[in-house]
Order: sequence, then C-alpha cells, then structure tokens
Amino acid sequence: MNVTQLSAFVANKPGHLQRVLKVLADENINIITLTIAETSDFGILRMIVNDPEKGYRVLKENNITCSTTDVLAIEIDDRPGSLYKALDAFAKMNLNIEYMYAFTEKREGKAVMIFRFEDIEAAKKALIDSGYNIVRKIDIIGENK
Amino acid sequence: MFNKEIETMPEKKMKELQLERLKWSVRHAYDNVPFYKKKFDEAGFHPDQLKSLDDMRRIPFLTKQDMRDHYPYGLFAVPLSKVVRVHASSGTTGNATVVGYTKNDIEVFSEVVARSLASYGVTEKDIIQVAYGYGLFTGGLGLHYGSEKLGALTVPISGGNTPRQLMLIKDFGTTVIACTPSYALNIADYIEKNMPDFKIEETRLRIGVFGAEPWTEAMRQEIEKRLKIDAYDIYGLSEVIGPGVSCECSEKSGLHVFEDHFYVEIIDPETGEVLPEGEKGEIVYTSLTKEAFPGIRYRSRDITRLYHDSCKCGRTLVKMEKVTGRSDDMLIIRGVNVFPSQVEAVLMEVPGIEPHYQIIVDRKGSMDDIEVMVEVNEKVFSDEIKVLNNLTKHITDRFRSILGISAKITLVEPQTIPRSEGKAVRVIDRRKLS
Repeated sequence: MNVTQLSAFVANKPGHLQRVLKVLADENINIITLTIAETSDFGILRMIVNDPEKGYRVLKENNITCSTTDVLAIEIDDRPGSLYKALDAFAKMNLNIEYMYAFTEKREGKAVMIFRFEDIEAAKKALIDSGYNIVRKIDIIGENK
Repeated sequence: MFNKEIETMPEKKMKELQLERLKWSVRHAYDNVPFYKKKFDEAGFHPDQLKSLDDMRRIPFLTKQDMRDHYPYGLFAVPLSKVVRVHASSGTTGNATVVGYTKNDIEVFSEVVARSLASYGVTEKDIIQVAYGYGLFTGGLGLHYGSEKLGALTVPISGGNTPRQLMLIKDFGTTVIACTPSYALNIADYIEKNMPDFKIEETRLRIGVFGAEPWTEAMRQEIEKRLKIDAYDIYGLSEVIGPGVSCECSEKSGLHVFEDHFYVEIIDPETGEVLPEGEKGEIVYTSLTKEAFPGIRYRSRDITRLYHDSCKCGRTLVKMEKVTGRSDDMLIIRGVNVFPSQVEAVLMEVPGIEPHYQIIVDRKGSMDDIEVMVEVNEKVFSDEIKVLNNLTKHITDRFRSILGISAKITLVEPQTIPRSEGKAVRVIDRRKLS
C-alpha cells in the first residue's frame, strides 16, 4: 500500500540536478512525479519512479547520496475545496504532514497527492477509517515492479 | 618612552643583559620543571654550558604539543600558591595550552603592554576602551593591566555589542580603542550601515591598538581612513606572555621586540637551524624573566624576519616584520586560534559524518568568515529538510561551544571536496594576508 519515494541530495548549483537526472535516464528509469525542497546551499529531490530499488542502486553507484522513504498516495476529489477538506480531516486526526506534492495526471477523475506523514502507519489507519482511498503502489508505478 | 633606559639600550649592552638573564631563566626551568631537565639531559645540555648567546642553539625546542602534553600545570616552575593568574588558548580540553603568571610576571606583562601603548603615543591623559575579550584569552586583561600601568583611564567593555561600543566612544570621550583589526572594520561597517548620522571624526578617538590576528598594510590603511585614527600593531602570544611581546612605534614599520624580557631567534622551520639576522624564518622565543611559566626556545610557528635599522623613534630594540604567515596549519580567525585537526575532532563527534571536509576562510568586508564544507553521506541524509537543517545547526553549535567560533556549515555532495593524491585539501585561505 505504501509507495516508495526515492530522494537524492543535490547541491543548489547549475548542472547538479541534471547530473542526477542523467543517471536515471541512462538506466531507463521513468520519473512519474517529483518535487524539490530547496535551501540556499542544497536541495532534496524527491521522486516517485517506476523502479525505486534500481533507482536507489544506480544513484548510489554514481556517488549520489540518496535514500528511500515510504509515503502515501491518496486520492482527493478534483473539486474546489477538497484538498482543504482533506487537510482539515488530517488535522482533526492529529496527523502531521511533513510535506506533500501532486501528480500531474488525474486518475479516474480524481487527483492523486503524495503525502509524507510523520507517522505513516497511524496515518494509514486513520485515513482508511475515514474513507480515503490510498492508491496502491502497483497503480502508481505500473506492473514492472 | 615608558622605559627609556631599556628601550634605547645599546645593542651590546642589551646582549649582555640578555645573557645574564638567560643563564637564570634556563637554570630556573631546568631546576624546577622536570620536563626541561629530562629534555636538556637527553640532548646532553646543562645550564652551566650556557656561556654565550651562541650556546642557545644547543638547547632543544619547546613546542605547542609539549604544552598540551603537560596540561594544565605540568610546565609551571613555581608552586601553584605563587601563581596568581592563568590564561589559556582556545581549543578542546585536551588541546588547550595553559599558561601561568606570578605577581612579578603580571608586573612584566603590564609593563610591556604599557611600553607598547606609550610607543603609539598613548599617555595617562588617554581614555582606553579595551574591546578585546576579557577572559582566558590574554587580550582583554593584558591590555587592561597595561593601560592601568600607564595610568590611562581604562574602559573594560570587552568584545562585541557594537552599538554600545560606539555609545561609549561618544559618551566617555574614548581616545584609544584596543581590539582585533577585523573588529575595527566591523565597527566601521556598522556605522555605515546602521548609524549614518554617527560622525566618527567628531569623537575624540585617535588611536587604535590592534592585534591577536594577522593583518595587512592594506587593512591598516582602510581602518585609518574609515575610523579616522592611527592604527598600530601589537603582537604577542599567550605562550610567551600575551600582547606586548613586540609593538610598532610611530614609524609603523616593523615591531620592536622587548628584548629585555624575550630572547628571539629566527630558525629554518624545516631544519631547526638558526638563521642570521635579516633572514626570514620561524621566530623562536625564550623568556628571560618569567617565573611561573618559563618558555625556553618556544617554536611559535610565526614566520617573520629580525633586523636593526636605527629606527627614527629612537628605540634600539631589534625589530620584527609584521607576521603574516605560519609554518604550520594553524588558522587565526577573528583572533581565535583554530587548527584543522580541531575542526576534524568536532565533526567526528557527529555520528555518521565522515572526515571529508574542507575549511574555507575568507575576509568578506571586514570580518573573517569561516565556512566548513561537509560531505553528506547516506548515514546523515534525510528526505526531510528539517533533519538536515538540524544537522548543520548541531555542528554549528558544537563549533561555537568547543572552538569558540561561528562557522557556516555547508552540506555538499559526496566527492565534492577535492582529493589530491589521496589527501584532501583541508584549508583554503582566501584572505591574502601575505
């Protein structure tokens, strides 16, 4: 049910993000969605890729500091106010979001967002109990893994 | 001149005085500090063999490491009941060097600082704001006692708090400020940025006494122009006594060494051979009068040159060039001594951090900036910014509490720090001091 996110440490300098992307491109790894959290010195590139284990391996082989983390992909209605409603529900359940980002494509009329919760297991339980649909890994990254 | 007899003593007479005092000092160390006895015995040297200044070269050197090895009181030559003060250099506990002073030593320390102040034209009519840090560092208390010895009004404000420094300069009618040269420029920057109405030329400030870190002629000119003062160099090191080992005079060219208390030699840092007067090398100090902490042939690691030039100020004391280089890797950052090995020790305390780091020292505007680049490996990496920010904050805090410096910690990618022939380039000093 959890989706594996691949994160990489990237210096905030020209050419550095490109270098990471080239490694993934050369290994035929597809990025499904990504986000970057930046500071003045560095950024953290967070990606959902079609093969996170291979992605992790090839980045490591190329001396790029990286890690994998479990995140949740959650379906949200694609209507004004629905993200607000979802966050309101999470807050009431006392679930702390570390960060979140969205998919570019809709899935059966709904938006899919990636959430990194402080406590993923607690979040999962609470979300299912309140009727949110957590998208399965296979539905996100496809069949090949 | 504060002590005309000494400061204008003919060279030959000074050498006689030095030899007489050296005989006492070398014997004092040999008789009262087991370390010296052992070291001299091993080198086949006995104090009775000291017949001329030339015999000094037979005595083995004292190093900073020897001082660390005998932390804290192992090199004191008098009982602790006779010691009235200690000072210590910055560093982790194991690395600190502790020096002690008897009442007489404090008297000598005050005298050489008073002489220095007098050589800049400071008199008892002056008001001296001591903006060096007060504490284990010799700068604050050293200048304080010297200023009182001279009879000047002494304002013990200590370092930092620039708005308050400026307020006192104005309200107290301060005529002399003593601080690090980089702090002087910091004051000038502060006025420019935050107090455009503050007219430094309308204050009574006229002289700056600057030391504790290397500085260039260019910096002198900048300080003099911006603060509208005469800027003078005061040199010293705690291992020898503190500030007041040597000082500039009205000529602002070279520093007169107070040879009646400190015997100086220049050696080749590679071979340890004594070099003739005029040649550049590492300056080595021997104390002539110190009781609590005699230093016999202390290798300072400071690079300079000694010369006599019949100085226009009338002093006959030997002169040394402004020190701008070191024969080891010690960095002086805003007056604080930092060895790369100490930086490494702090980093190594942080779980997961690897010893791949680089220190970049720069002088941006007026203050020395130290940046430490640390490679981020998988053990410390996180997908959360806050975890990495906490890491840099933690390292920054450790640097502040252990080394007493504010360093900027920059996390960099693995393999970013150049490794040349298997050995990393640890320090890049961009201050261009020499």
